[in-house]
Amino acid sequence: MIDTSAPEVVARGRARARRRSNLVALVLAAVLVAGAAVALSLGRGFVPLDDVLSTLAGQGSRSTNYVILELKLPRVLAAVLVGLAFGVSGAIFQTLLGNPLASPDVIGISTGASAAAVLCIVAFGLSGTVVSVVALAGALATAAVMYLLTWRGGVTGSRLVLVGIGVAAILLGVVSYLMTRAQVATAQDALVWLTGSLNGRGWDDVWPLAVLLALLLPAVAALSRVLNVLRMGDDSAKGLGVSVEPSRLGLLVCAVALAGAATAAAGPVAFVALLAAPIGRRLARDGTPALLVSGLVGAAVVLLADFAAQNLPGLPQYPVGVLTGSVGAPYLLWLLARANRAGKGG
Amino acid sequence: MMTAEHSLRADAVRLAYDGREVVRGLTARIPPGSITMIVGPNACGKSTLLRGMARLLNPVGGAVYLDEKVIADYPNRELAKVLGILPQTPVAPEGITVADLVGRGRYPHQGWFRRWTAEDDAAVAEALAATDTLEVAARPVEELSGGQRQRVWIAMALAQRTDLLLLDEPTTYLDVTHQVEVLDLLTDLNRTQGTTVVVVLHDLNLACRYADHLIAMRAGEIVVEGDPRRVVTADVIERVFGMSCRIVPDPVSATPMIVPIGRHHC
Amino acid sequence: MAVTAAVERPTARRGSGTLVLGLVLAGVLLVGLALASVFVGSKPIPAPTVLDALLRFDPANTDHLFVRAERVPRTLVGIAVGAALGVAGAVMQAVARNPLADPGVLGINAGAALFIVTGINAFGVTALTGYVWFGFAGALVASLLVYGVGSMGREGATPIKLALSGAATNAAFVSLTTAVLLTDTDTFDQFRFWQVGALSGRSMAVFWQSSGFIALGLLVALAAARSLNTLSMGDDIARSLGQDVTRTRIAAGVAVVLLCGTATASVGPIAFVGLAVPLLARSITGPDHRWLLPLSMVLAPSLVLGADVVGRVIARPGELQVGILTALIGAPVFIAMVRGRKVAAP
Repeated sequence: MIDTSAPEVVARGRARARRRSNLVALVLAAVLVAGAAVALSLGRGFVPLDDVLSTLAGQGSRSTNYVILELKLPRVLAAVLVGLAFGVSGAIFQTLLGNPLASPDVIGISTGASAAAVLCIVAFGLSGTVVSVVALAGALATAAVMYLLTWRGGVTGSRLVLVGIGVAAILLGVVSYLMTRAQVATAQDALVWLTGSLNGRGWDDVWPLAVLLALLLPAVAALSRVLNVLRMGDDSAKGLGVSVEPSRLGLLVCAVALAGAATAAAGPVAFVALLAAPIGRRLARDGTPALLVSGLVGAAVVLLADFAAQNLPGLPQYPVGVLTGSVGAPYLLWLLARANRAGKGG
Repeated sequence: MMTAEHSLRADAVRLAYDGREVVRGLTARIPPGSITMIVGPNACGKSTLLRGMARLLNPVGGAVYLDEKVIADYPNRELAKVLGILPQTPVAPEGITVADLVGRGRYPHQGWFRRWTAEDDAAVAEALAATDTLEVAARPVEELSGGQRQRVWIAMALAQRTDLLLLDEPTTYLDVTHQVEVLDLLTDLNRTQGTTVVVVLHDLNLACRYADHLIAMRAGEIVVEGDPRRVVTADVIERVFGMSCRIVPDPVSATPMIVPIGRHHC
Repeated sequence: MAVTAAVERPTARRGSGTLVLGLVLAGVLLVGLALASVFVGSKPIPAPTVLDALLRFDPANTDHLFVRAERVPRTLVGIAVGAALGVAGAVMQAVARNPLADPGVLGINAGAALFIVTGINAFGVTALTGYVWFGFAGALVASLLVYGVGSMGREGATPIKLALSGAATNAAFVSLTTAVLLTDTDTFDQFRFWQVGALSGRSMAVFWQSSGFIALGLLVALAAARSLNTLSMGDDIARSLGQDVTRTRIAAGVAVVLLCGTATASVGPIAFVGLAVPLLARSITGPDHRWLLPLSMVLAPSLVLGADVVGRVIARPGELQVGILTALIGAPVFIAMVRGRKVAAP
């Protein structure tokens, strides 16, 4: 009674959805490679592209070795990794909590990192690695407190969001207080950190981030299928054999750790986590949380914004966070407007 | 897979939401290899009972047994290979295609390393064909009509290929043709695969026609259960629904047919 | 993506007798706090002197002058602004059907902030009365952008599109504001104190200037309360009940611009009030906006005044800004109520 070609129809249908998101991922990867090449070659400390390639292959001169390997490459890598981490983290949060506004920026994770970091900068006059470590600890501690406050025989997305609002408000109050108590110059340093900056990032910042991502991203990949099923509601997911609470906790831990690691490296680069995922989902359009595509969007946004921030003519060297918002937001607005006209909004 | 009979029963089970007890010490046995329909007025606890039997809700007292083992002791994935549940209001992720959604039903059969196989494709295709949704396989779920959407969800439950299938009002949103089709489909499944089917249903007459075993509930307790041809009487309906009626034989299936009596036709 | 779309019957959860009583109690609380705000402060003035200042004003007495020029105006401004924020938050949550929707997250405050920063930076505005017009214009531009993008396309302004376009607008405006602040230390120094949200130094001129706009905004919002009830059941049901959905949204938008723009311009972006108070009020009134809006209108100023009084007392002889304390006092209460399942997402 079943059409013999029916399984092929199904396989073809699935392949079509995958093909689109794979294509999008490939294009974004190409954008990243091109962007990295541009960032390594052009801008302050110009190096011709073939010299860049030969330097990367280990045949550079003393000066290109310094400019490429010591100055530009770590910064480019930091930008890509930070963007990747924020993008994936935001996509997990929004999917898991079922709210397109729920990103680490909004529900307090980044605010926890910020409060800890600003405390270090303003109250203790610290800078550099210490601030990063404390920021990471702040993010993790905030997440743990939020989870415990939310737990009542289980954690629901909407309750976690509400508790997150409360926690974020308290921490934001702390940040504001510290900002008004500090000297103007110190406060402005803190503002740079709060905006998110890659200025002066070197290999010392890249390695820890790379190691953390190497641990976290495979875990996320393994859990992504569970995330797919969790989106259909707790009942359906349970019916399909998902252990809902442990899976949700695992995903939250990954998302928080990703956001925390990225924040430690660059500060809470404004809005990457919030904006990358909606952009990614609209590009991929395959009904999945589009974790990979969101991560790549995040990486591309940060990389391009950082290059622009360093090299826009007539402007001072802005921290990258100034540009991520101004670049990412109009793009999302444009996607929203355009998608709507085709009747594919929502 | 034929006649792989699993037994499911509730033993003095008490189910509650936020301390408010909805099902009060209910004992019931689902006859293996047959179709059981649960009926009752709104808020009588029939959906809650179904959720309890599918372990979506843990009992505050008593227990549900699957093959004489407490259902809470099964690993999630093992349970999902034996028992499938279609909840009342499932959520379709934004932008998902029909084939993809139905494919989610294969989740319990895939391990960490075993990914998508031809068998999965075949199961999805069969489920789509059985629910008459093959031609919309590539379309996003949100573009479908309510009836098509409901059939897609049923297809997902079918793709799970479980020996026990629990469905909470699967005919909601369906026109009468599709209602009958869905129930025919579940009957096919029961007759050919030996699947044990449990359905919460609103339509009394269809429930009587398709059920091998009928459970009528009121206020969290069972009023009567058994073969509808034997247990459905005007008196029982009066007790369960508080509505007077006349029972006539269904001209098609000879099962009881309930003809309600309103205030204007006494 | 399923936002917690609540389909609720717009009937009050309790009898109207209880609600009237609740409203009266909240009113009594507000009056008490208003008196406290006039009598208590960082500068200790004996109660009889305060009474004299109010009843037998002596222009030569510095204490009398202080009460008349500082405490009375800041109390009045606190009441007006609190009412504005509470009602604006309730309206936004109803329109966006999202508990995260508040003037902060949806870009309205960011619009006001950007225009005020521009005012300080480019036009040398220093007076608080000058801020209002800029804040107003910024809030208007932001709302138009959020609503314009969010309502493009076939199905009009869906909650998700509004939320996303609000988030994107917020991102863009915050980035631009930061860009100005990082390059102009003087503007930053002025701005960071405004940004915390403070009632100190607000003169009667500020009150007179803002109260007209706020009164108008409150009237529009209250007039729309019944339509908001039907709107919160979803567009289709609202339309089938014969409601002009677009007109309701526009009325809501006008109210939000008037209320948020004025409040933000007068005292800075006070966080959390507009977000938490409506959610708390909803736990008392249920989803009926005819009760929810008046209760928010009374409870929100209580939180603002209470926080302001505490801020004046705990840091004597200085004071803590009200924006910090609304969060520090309000958030723990809010979290406790979320945990007690008294607060649910709209």
